[in-house]
Amino acid sequence: MTQSAKPGPSADPVIRMSHVSKWYGHFQVLHDVSLDVRKGERVVVCGPSGSGKSTLIRCINRLEVHQSGQIFVKGLEMTDNVKNIDTIRRHIGMVFQNFNLFPHLTVLENLTLGPMLTRQMKKSAAEDLAMHFLRKVRIPEQSGKYPLQLSGGQQQRVAIARSLCMEPEIMLFDEPTSALDPEMIKEVLDTMIELAESGMTMIVVTHEMGFARTVADNVVFMADGRKVESGPPEEFFGNPREERTRAFLDQILKH
Amino acid sequence: MTDANPGLRGKRPRRSPKDILYSESFRTAVYQIALAAAVALLGFYLYQNVVENLARQNIATGFGFLEQVSQFEIGETLIAYSARDTYGRALAVGLMNTLSVSAAGIVVATVIGFSVGIARVSSNWLLQRLATAYVEIVRNIPVILQVIFWAAVIRNLPAPRQAVELWGLGFLSNRGLTFAMPSAHAAHLWMLAALGAGIALAILASHKAKRHREATGRYIDMLWPCVGLIVGLPLLVWLGFGAPHEISFPERRGFNFAGGATISPEFVALMTGISLYSSGFIAEIVRAGIQATPRGQVEAARSIALRPRFILRYVVLPQALRVIVPPLTSQYVSLIKNSSIAVVIGYPDLVNIGNTVMNQTGQAVEAIAVMMLVYLIVSLATSLLMNLYNRLVAIKER
Ligand SMILES: Nc1ncnc2c1ncn2[C@@H]1O[C@H](COP(=O)(O)OP(=O)(O)O)[C@@H](O)[C@H]1O
Ligand SMILES: [Mg+2]
Repeated sequence: MTQSAKPGPSADPVIRMSHVSKWYGHFQVLHDVSLDVRKGERVVVCGPSGSGKSTLIRCINRLEVHQSGQIFVKGLEMTDNVKNIDTIRRHIGMVFQNFNLFPHLTVLENLTLGPMLTRQMKKSAAEDLAMHFLRKVRIPEQSGKYPLQLSGGQQQRVAIARSLCMEPEIMLFDEPTSALDPEMIKEVLDTMIELAESGMTMIVVTHEMGFARTVADNVVFMADGRKVESGPPEEFFGNPREERTRAFLDQILKH
Repeated sequence: MTDANPGLRGKRPRRSPKDILYSESFRTAVYQIALAAAVALLGFYLYQNVVENLARQNIATGFGFLEQVSQFEIGETLIAYSARDTYGRALAVGLMNTLSVSAAGIVVATVIGFSVGIARVSSNWLLQRLATAYVEIVRNIPVILQVIFWAAVIRNLPAPRQAVELWGLGFLSNRGLTFAMPSAHAAHLWMLAALGAGIALAILASHKAKRHREATGRYIDMLWPCVGLIVGLPLLVWLGFGAPHEISFPERRGFNFAGGATISPEFVALMTGISLYSSGFIAEIVRAGIQATPRGQVEAARSIALRPRFILRYVVLPQALRVIVPPLTSQYVSLIKNSSIAVVIGYPDLVNIGNTVMNQTGQAVEAIAVMMLVYLIVSLATSLLMNLYNRLVAIKER
């Protein structure tokens, strides 16, 4: 599998982004961003809208292509090598703001598609696995329904379960609660907290500062495509170094 | 399922006459019955009226004329027919011509429509603009003009002596399209049967492969085995018959061609006109279908490491087809109906022959009734098939 793997500078972090830049045409979305994520570490990324948070984490599983710098996942460099892309994507689960469940498939079929087609599991084994994770996210009774028959919170939990069925080592979340009604945010956050407690490596883009405080090991603040500041939550919230961070926190914590 | 009064669970109170009078379902039923009665009455009145009028004018009624000898020739027939055959058989010839030009038109319109529809969403600027221009032209010019245009183009093609030669395989002239064909051979019928068997076996094998995958997790790519079955079986039959490879090439002979097969100018013009017209609409349907699958669906599929082929097969296509199939059906139905434009360029379709029958027998009502019934059956059969398919791919929303 790892034939063309160039080992990263250090095999230690599971994700190493070094000096990553990306442009859309002439517009630079990411400016020289570096970020290391250790195994089991929980990173929260925050920042104003349009600051490049989504682009940053989407580069990690190559939903977006970075144009300079390097990204290593488990020591394997993300290049345009399709084998590497495939291997890396198998290690990484992703949860989207709009759930992106497959509307033409039942909940169970949403969950078994990946295991059956990419992990070559038997249908029965894939279904057992799917039910296991549906119980984890507390909606095993919804397995026969179609996604659009569920509430937003339930859909997002199905989406989390769909990713977990690939048994990834890393989970990326792109504003997983931003499309939800307030009363459903908690059920999704609770699921994510349980996942964090189980030792999953997570990168979470979110505006939920309560979640960041209690769960994160490292909080990253982005603005205008730059990583402005990062640090453990006590430091980040208690004593932000940068003026922009302070302004952002003032604004977001007022509500 | 539908509980009109969700607040009142458990014991159902007896309904008083007033409750029934004000009940929604009762009223709906009454309206339906009233409408049905009105339609039936109107129909009966019209029928009476027509029968009386015809009787007064001494015009025979009934379908007996279908058994009478037609006494006219038809230029293009798929089944044996002469002026000594009946009106009924003449109409059957017309129906076959309608069906053959429609079938060819549907195939051509689908191929062009899908290609142009995909080009419409292409990232290639030139291709996308060309496709847009094509769509705007073909669907905004009345189809009857397009058919007349193509008929005129073909009429102005050179005579067979100066015919346009198509890569040594055929000729395009004012006699239509003449092209090389394998000479008739007994093997052909068996090859057709083998093709059918090959398709059936391919479907069966794909099901088996899916079952196998579900049971063991092992994926077997069935694309090439299926192609092998579908192409291979007829090929084997052909070899079994000693590989008859005699091909009849058309040659210029006098004022016409000898050998090969010829499609009449009328068929070519009609088929081209109605299929290009429909292809513009089909292209738009396909474009809408492709754009109906949000980007997020593909991204989600990528994030669970699905390979591109699986993304297309299990995520994009099922959703696109659900948007494409219903309007595509109505395009097919309207193409079949558009083929009746045949009458303006003299292609002997059902309407054209029906007209002649009507003029000769004077039995306009019956002749038109036959034509309407046939179109209705063909159109309904087409939508029925597509509706069945559509029910299979529909998405449940609540
Ligand atoms: N496909 C695209 N083409 C051009 N610009 C884009 C595209 N996607 C995002 N952008 C721009 O890149 C910037 C960063 O976007 P994004 O990463 O989505 O920000 P965030 O997630 O922090 O809100 C925004 O200014 C956005 O308008
Ligand atoms: Mg975003």
